Formats: sequence, structure tokens, C-alpha cells
Amino acid sequence: MKIKAFLTAFLAVMTAWPAAAQSIAERIDSGFAAATSPFVNFIFANFPGTNFSWIVVWLVVGASVFTVYFGFIQFRAFGHSLALVSGKYSDPNDAGEVSHFQALATALSGTVGLGNIAGVAVAVSIGGAGATFWMILAGLLGMASKFTECTLAVKYRNEYEDGTVSGGPMYYMTKGFAERGLPLGGFMAIVFSIFCVLGSLGGGNMFQANQAAAQLRDTIGLPVWVTGLTLSIIVFVVIVGGIKSIARVTEKVVPFMGVGYVLISLLILIMNADMIGWAFGEIFRGAFTDTGIVGGLLGALIQGFRRAAFSNEAGVGSAAIAHSAVRTKEPITEGFVSLLEPFIDTVVICTMTALVIIITQQLTVDPVTGLYAITEEGRIAIASGATGGVPITSGAFGSVFSWAPYALSVAVVLFAFSTMISWSYYGLKAWTYMFGEGKTKEMAFKIMFCVFVFIGSVASLGAVIDFSDAAIFAMAVVNITALYLLMPIVKRELNSYLSRLKSGEIRKFE
Amino acid sequence: MSRKIVVGFDGSEASRRALDFAVGRAKAQGDSIIIAHVLEWSPYSFLTPEELAERHKRRNEELERAEKAILQPVVKRVEDAGVPVTTVIKYGHIAETICQIATDEDAALIFIGRMGHSGLATRIFGSVAGTLAQVAPVPVTIVP
Repeated sequence: MKIKAFLTAFLAVMTAWPAAAQSIAERIDSGFAAATSPFVNFIFANFPGTNFSWIVVWLVVGASVFTVYFGFIQFRAFGHSLALVSGKYSDPNDAGEVSHFQALATALSGTVGLGNIAGVAVAVSIGGAGATFWMILAGLLGMASKFTECTLAVKYRNEYEDGTVSGGPMYYMTKGFAERGLPLGGFMAIVFSIFCVLGSLGGGNMFQANQAAAQLRDTIGLPVWVTGLTLSIIVFVVIVGGIKSIARVTEKVVPFMGVGYVLISLLILIMNADMIGWAFGEIFRGAFTDTGIVGGLLGALIQGFRRAAFSNEAGVGSAAIAHSAVRTKEPITEGFVSLLEPFIDTVVICTMTALVIIITQQLTVDPVTGLYAITEEGRIAIASGATGGVPITSGAFGSVFSWAPYALSVAVVLFAFSTMISWSYYGLKAWTYMFGEGKTKEMAFKIMFCVFVFIGSVASLGAVIDFSDAAIFAMAVVNITALYLLMPIVKRELNSYLSRLKSGEIRKFE
Repeated sequence: MSRKIVVGFDGSEASRRALDFAVGRAKAQGDSIIIAHVLEWSPYSFLTPEELAERHKRRNEELERAEKAILQPVVKRVEDAGVPVTTVIKYGHIAETICQIATDEDAALIFIGRMGHSGLATRIFGSVAGTLAQVAPVPVTIVP
């Protein structure tokens, strides 16, 4: 076992010079912040004279346009989507191919991650309870964006002679644009791929590693570089060593963790059943009145929209890569299935986190003014004394069940790991789209990905979270532009499918 | 009248015994045999993104391997014994799929080998032979 020997030696050296390790971590951190700030500043720039960032408007306007253009498809097709996932319309002769359920589950394990636990905590700690309202609204609207991008991803995927498939925004940008006679498809595909690689290293990797390391440091006192090193070695073994068994175990455990997370949250809500009405009152009050948060009313809205977008990735184009592998004759069916993704991710799971934080009264209110107590950093003072991300959620769960922070640690590490595995694939697909396929080129990306796991673990939260958001939102700039230009194609598919569904040409198999 | 017999076959010792027994019966009664090979599959399992992308390719490989390594050698043997034979390969839950095949092919009998496990796993999850005996639409012969 070379890896084991190497690890033992490395750990021995690192334990001998903890101070040296610490200073390396600090240097990486400050260098990282300096290197990424211009890009981050551009993405999060406000409209001149307002404090409204243009990127948030971009995402919400996109989701709203798709919602209206497709006639509130997320509500109309919700029941049909569930029927598709449960396999009622699947041809039994296609058994053994990728099912709708599998595509959805895989895409979900890429999106359900720390955004649901840590991101939501950050959003409500800055934007207050009201951020939850806007987050749910953005989640509901985002279902239409996801519907649009996943339909296109299946329609324009590449199917190779050996039976493997490659799909995603890069492919509908090139092939879809060519079909409509539009210019610049190839250019946009490349720009998207660049941001996708950055996003896979940022939100899909460093943010996850960072929060997992922070959680293990806070609960069991593990130094962040130990978590970073361990995680990067495990990721290395899976994506470079091709040891699929680890990935497969995680893929199986993560859905159960997700269900468990929702169940424990529900339990806390039931235990505080008398407070649920109050909690929703707080959410509406925070959404429509000034609760004293920094940025006022708009602050809650911006935080809610930001977190929803970062968590469910609707309009970003990432999950379209995973959804494109499904076996179906009708691309639109995968669009229907994919619209469940923002619903499960944001409207269900993120809302649970927010409700638990609100109902356990983590957000302290000044009894005199009735407004939130704001700290010097401009955040709401948290009852448990925690600051930032996972610790706030952990404190909220811990205030009810003392064992919850440990269970949450396991969930955080597993969610982080499964998200990294999914994003390593998304990033790799974008990478090979730009540089072509080949063992050496793929290896270069994979090794870089593992190095970034370590960097993410030791860099400070502020620098990492900003860069993560920025890279992922940059993907959405390119992707939503393409979706606007290609949405008539989706409309045609939708109308054709719905009329055939109505006429009985498309039938259930059981 | 010629009837069809579905034999659940996975290449194991037990399934060979079932096939041999079925061939003997079929020969005596003038029946034909359908060798059914089911690849265990659930549309609700979880796969990594990489596995999703390669699934269609893997499926073709699995079907080809099953055809070549498991079915072809025994088809020859059954034909040599003078019994008319066809094969079916399907993905799915093994017992349910064998029942489905029996219904689709309008078969009169199902023959299946017994693995002889009596461990904890069988107690919890049940065995293919046991499940078939419970749910099959036609008489089932379980060969020990």
C-alpha cells in the first residue's frame, strides 16, 4: 500500500511542524482572496445607484420568463413529473437503461449539499427569517429554468458509437444554435465550459471541502488540513484510481441522509408545533417589513434568491449534464422530471433548515425595538453564539438534540463528498469539451481537482464562499442567454408531447 | 398439444439441474423450452454521473456477455437433445420478471433451480424460488 505509507509519512511530518502547516494554510488563503477578488467583484456588482446585484436579477428574471413562457409548467406538470419518476410511462423493455429516477437521484446528490445546510444558515443570519420566503419563491420559479435546460440537454446530447453519452449546455449551445441558424454557439460553449471548470473547483469542490473541514474542526477538534488531506486522498482514489465502490456507497447513503435530515427537521418542528404559526409569521413579516437587517427589505430578498440559486443551481446548467444520460425517446420527459429537483432541494430541504433555525429561536431579537440584534459584522446575532454556515445550523439542531451536531457532521462530510464527486464529473466534461478527450488531459484535471480539495479546506470561508458563488453564477450568465434563444424549441417539444399525451398516443405501461 | 416451459437460468449448478430436469420432461411430453435469463436490475438504484453516461454501453456489454457465456452453450445442448428451444434475456426483479415472461409467452410451466441457501439473508429478503412459488401465474417446479 504505497498510498498508506505515503499518508503515514506525510502525517508524521505535518504533526511535527504544525506551525509550518498553519502558515502555509494562511499564505494559501490570502493569496486566494487576492487572486479571485476582481472576478468576484464583477459578478456581484450592483446596479449603479442601488444595492441590488445584477446577477440576482438576471437569475430571477430568467426563471420568471421561463415560468410565464411555458405557462406555469412547474405547477401544471407536477403530477405528470411524479408519474414519470415512478416509472409509470417507462417501457419495460428499456429496463437496464438509465431510468428517470436514477437521473434525478444522481443530479440531486450533486445539488443537495452544503448549500442546503450551510448556505441557508448564512442566508437567514444575514437576511433574517424573511429570506426564507424569497428562497422558496426563487425555488418555485427555478423549476421552470431547470425544465428548460434539462429538456435541451437530452435533445442535443451526443451519443457515441460505443453507447456512451455526453450532454449538457455545451452541446445545446453548439448544436441547438446551429439548428436555429444562430451565430456564436461554439464561442458560448467554450465560455460556459471555462466557468463550469471554475465552478466545479469552487462551489462544487472548495466550498464543500471548506465547510466539511470547519464542521469536523468545531465538533471533534480535527485540524482543517487533516480533513483537507484526507478528503483529497479519498477523492483522488475515487476519481483517479477508479475505485467506484466508495462512490457507489456514498451515492446510496446520501439519499437516506437527505431523507433522515428532513425527518429530524420535521421532528423538531412537531415538537415545537405551537411555534409553527409564529415561524411563518416571522417569515412573512421579514419578507415584507423592515426587521432591522442590513440592506433592509431588499437584503432579505437578495439573500433568499442568492441561496436558492446557489443551492438548486437552476439556470446554471450543471445538473443538465447529469440529466442528459437518461434513456428516453422524449427529451421533454426529462425536463418534467428535472423540475422536481429545485422543489426537493429548495422548497423542501432548504426550507427545513430555515424553519429549524427560526423555530429554535437562533435569530436574536432586540426586545425593546422588536428588530433583529445586529452584530458589528452586519449579521444577526445568533443565540448559540455560532458564526457562519454549518455551525449555526448545528447549533439550532443541537439546541433540541444534543447528539444532532455529530449526526450533522456525518451528513456534512457525506453531502460534501457526493457533491464533489458529481462536480468532478461536470468539470471534467467541460474540460474535455475544451481540450478534447484523452488520458493525460483528463488526469491533469482530476489531479488539479484533488489539489483544490485541499486548498478549499484550509482557505477562509469568506474568500471561498464568494468565489464559489461567483463562478457558478457566471455559468448562469452564459447558460440563461442560450436558454432564451433556444426556448422556442422546448415550446415546440412541449406542445407536441402534451397533445400526444392528451390524444392517448403516449400511454402508461401499467 | 405442445406446451411451453419457462426455465429460469443463470448459469449456476442449480439452474443447470433445473434445465436438465425440464429437458427430460419436455422430451417425454413433446414440450418446448424457453430459457429465461434475468439480469437483476432496479430502476430505483443509485448511480454516479459517470455510470449514467456509460449505462447504455454497459447494458449492451452485459447482454452480449449473457448471450455468449451463459445462454449459447446450453442452447446447443437442449437442441441436441431434440427439444425446441428459444431464449429470453431481460432486466428486472428476478422472480417478477420470470412471471412476466411466462405470461407474455403463454407458458404452461415454470422450472427453477433451488440454490439451497437457508441463511439470514434469505430469511429477510426471500429467495427467488420461494417468491416464484408464491406469485407465479402457472405451476412452478422447484428442482433441488
